[in-house]
Amino acid sequence: MADTLLSIRGLTKAYPGVVANDDVSFDIMKSEIHALLGENGAGKSTLVKMIFGLVKPDKGEMVLDGVAYAPGKPSDARLSGVAMVFQHFSLFDALDVAENVALGMETPPPMRDLARQIREVSENYGLPLDPFRVVGTLSAGERQRVEIIRCLLQNPRLLIMDEPTSVLTPQEVEILFQTLNQLKSEGTSILYISHKLEEIRTLCDEATILRLGKNVGTCTPREVTARQMAEMMVGASFATPEPKAGEKGEVLLKCDHLSMPAPGAFGTPLREISLEVRAGEVLGIGGVAGNGQDELLMALSGERLAPKGTIWFKGRDVSRDGPIRRRDAGLLSGPEERLGHAAAPNMSLTENAVLTAARRKRLVNNGFIDWGKAKGFAEEVIARFDVRTPGPGVAARALSGGNLQKYVVGREILQAPDVFVVNQPTWGVDAAAAAAIRQALLDLAAKGAAIVCISQDLDELMEISDRFGALNEGRLSPTRPVAELDIEKIGLMMGGAHDMEVAHADG
Amino acid sequence: MIRLEKRPNPSRLWTGLTPILAVLLTMVVGGFMFALLGKPPLEAIRTIFWDPLFHPQFAGYSRPQLLVKAGPLILIAIGLSVGFRAGIWNIGAEGQYIMGAVCGAAVGLAFYPAETVLLFPLMVIAGALGGWAWAMIPAFLKTRFGTNEILVSLMLVYVAENILASASAGWLRNPEGMGFPGSRNFKQWASVYNDELVINTGMHWGVVAAFIAVIAAYVLMARHIQGFNIRLTGEAPRAAKFSGVSPARIIFLCLGISGALAGMAGLFEVTGPAGQISIDFGSGYGFTAIIVAFLGRLNPFGILLAGLLMALTYIGGELAQLMLGLPGASIQLFQGMLLFFLLATDVFTNYRIRLTGREVA
Repeated sequence: MADTLLSIRGLTKAYPGVVANDDVSFDIMKSEIHALLGENGAGKSTLVKMIFGLVKPDKGEMVLDGVAYAPGKPSDARLSGVAMVFQHFSLFDALDVAENVALGMETPPPMRDLARQIREVSENYGLPLDPFRVVGTLSAGERQRVEIIRCLLQNPRLLIMDEPTSVLTPQEVEILFQTLNQLKSEGTSILYISHKLEEIRTLCDEATILRLGKNVGTCTPREVTARQMAEMMVGASFATPEPKAGEKGEVLLKCDHLSMPAPGAFGTPLREISLEVRAGEVLGIGGVAGNGQDELLMALSGERLAPKGTIWFKGRDVSRDGPIRRRDAGLLSGPEERLGHAAAPNMSLTENAVLTAARRKRLVNNGFIDWGKAKGFAEEVIARFDVRTPGPGVAARALSGGNLQKYVVGREILQAPDVFVVNQPTWGVDAAAAAAIRQALLDLAAKGAAIVCISQDLDELMEISDRFGALNEGRLSPTRPVAELDIEKIGLMMGGAHDMEVAHADG
Repeated sequence: MIRLEKRPNPSRLWTGLTPILAVLLTMVVGGFMFALLGKPPLEAIRTIFWDPLFHPQFAGYSRPQLLVKAGPLILIAIGLSVGFRAGIWNIGAEGQYIMGAVCGAAVGLAFYPAETVLLFPLMVIAGALGGWAWAMIPAFLKTRFGTNEILVSLMLVYVAENILASASAGWLRNPEGMGFPGSRNFKQWASVYNDELVINTGMHWGVVAAFIAVIAAYVLMARHIQGFNIRLTGEAPRAAKFSGVSPARIIFLCLGISGALAGMAGLFEVTGPAGQISIDFGSGYGFTAIIVAFLGRLNPFGILLAGLLMALTYIGGELAQLMLGLPGASIQLFQGMLLFFLLATDVFTNYRIRLTGREVA
């Protein structure tokens, strides 16, 4: 085997009230794809931030290729050959690819040379990308390529990737994996952070698992099952959602050729969307991010009013009803963006309960809010959905992403909707919490509700949906029963990404 | 090394403590400034904060002035604070205040010289409507064409000032005033004179209205769903839309409330302390109320205290100019410091200071 590239020894970092990393040690070998696994809040981000020089450890040391390594800032890390692709891209929509790449460099070469370099790297690694495309017109997968190429131009020895596949189609994932394997064969090591256990089993050589800031074990992903890894991660076995059987009822929600203009310069218009969901049924809607998911949710929640006669709820035209009237009727929704859309960041959980439950839970009498009752409802959501927080008086922004997600999804589910439309219900949520949320959705359907689940996590959609459709540039494919589909067909249904084929394949 | 660290929750202790700390810091730094000007600092501070209320000779005159000055400040600031909570920046309360006074006075004068108890309430309503209507202009333009309410409401102040000038010199001029600009004097018209309700307190109907507004605003913001919607719109506009709050309705509601309260304040002023419509009626209450609203942390009871404090520095400042010969500009600087230190100490509500050892590379 190759020798050690980066050795992490006893890294410890404490924040007020929480120890994010507690004496974490592991080694990354040369030419190794090393997975870093863990629940939300397990300390993965803190750890990679320390490796990338964004955060300084309180204790412990790192050794990079036999030399002591303590980056004070990201540029130190880059100089030492460590590069990172973040989960959230930092690109300027209005600039082109080459300009964006140049912005991240200390001393950018002339634009023409840079464009040539970008083209070379993109050819070498099978990541087709035109340096002069404006970033605003790129798909999420292509934007990620910009970030990856930006890193590769520095010839890194260690490439850190934070949840890289969360925005990709299966075909794009395929391309990414080929690239990563090629990098590995050329001697680059990769630290790969993901929630998706199957992916880690296909791609990674070693996996380090963090739980509550501690390294709880290392395994070779190919030799264990996804379930075993998940159990190491959460420290207990968790329930896999059970698919439900049973007859589907009447049509509760129907969209009839729903078309709407794009809400803003970088939004997506909805084009002739038609769908039907029956009582007891889960309709999964897949698709690459930015193909109209947000816009569809806003049309169904009533935030943007649709043209007359396009949205029907229980046989009644609700197209022109706002969110309050739709909620009154039993059509509830949960947007993707937790902070700022589904919840107000600076308001308490109790206040955020009033946000959507004011009328269905009768938290308001003659216009006056019954704060006692609102607090009671917030506590009920916290208890039923295992939201970890000191209490309902805490501001929403103080919760971790996964806990807030449990809260906002739970808030809608406990209002017993007839139809629940939810976008990315488990985005950024750890495996145990995701399983709990999925189970809650299935339970809701079993009680006779119709569910529209918009998600970019195909495994999730396969697990809970009865029927599946995919959004592509604002169009919805015909919906088909999940039983008839496999991952290949689904990828073709999604078909949204541009140039899907691998640009070349030697190397 | 000193570092600021964001608190997970805003500190309740600091929310209450910052205004007090700001006042103390203003006293210290202000006293230092007075000393540099060659005036005895302690005496200057005492003249500003203590003498207006307790000076054996002047307090009799200046104590009632406290409520006279604080009343309109509080009434206007309460209205503004409702809008500020929603992120709607009505900067033109001065214009709404003037238009309220002009409209209310015009309605009253139309009935001159009727003596009926119904007239004053009618004028109050007309005053509120005048301010409301003036605030509806930026509201309409914002919801219809997306204009910026800060600019529109501010520009309308200057329009209102010109209307005031034309009213006092022309269409509302006292026909028996021998050609001098200015309307009839309401102090000489028993039915509509907004006199002190209790002698030597300065308490007139406008002050009563201000107190009622404080309580009503508290109930609205803390208990009522509309108040919740207003706060929600300010905190997270997208979440508000998701909740079902119409942004346009909130704009009309907030500008309407602040305009109506400012208009009412104008009416109480013109029928009481000012006594008549005159060219110099606009005295800057509408602008000072913005400071009062922030000094009171946009909290109704905070605004009550801030209004009283602001009124005190006005009266005390005048007194200090008179007694110690302090320049007027130094008093304005002193008042400015108050806002400055409030904003500076405000940082501690959301952040805490951490002293960290020198970090080794």
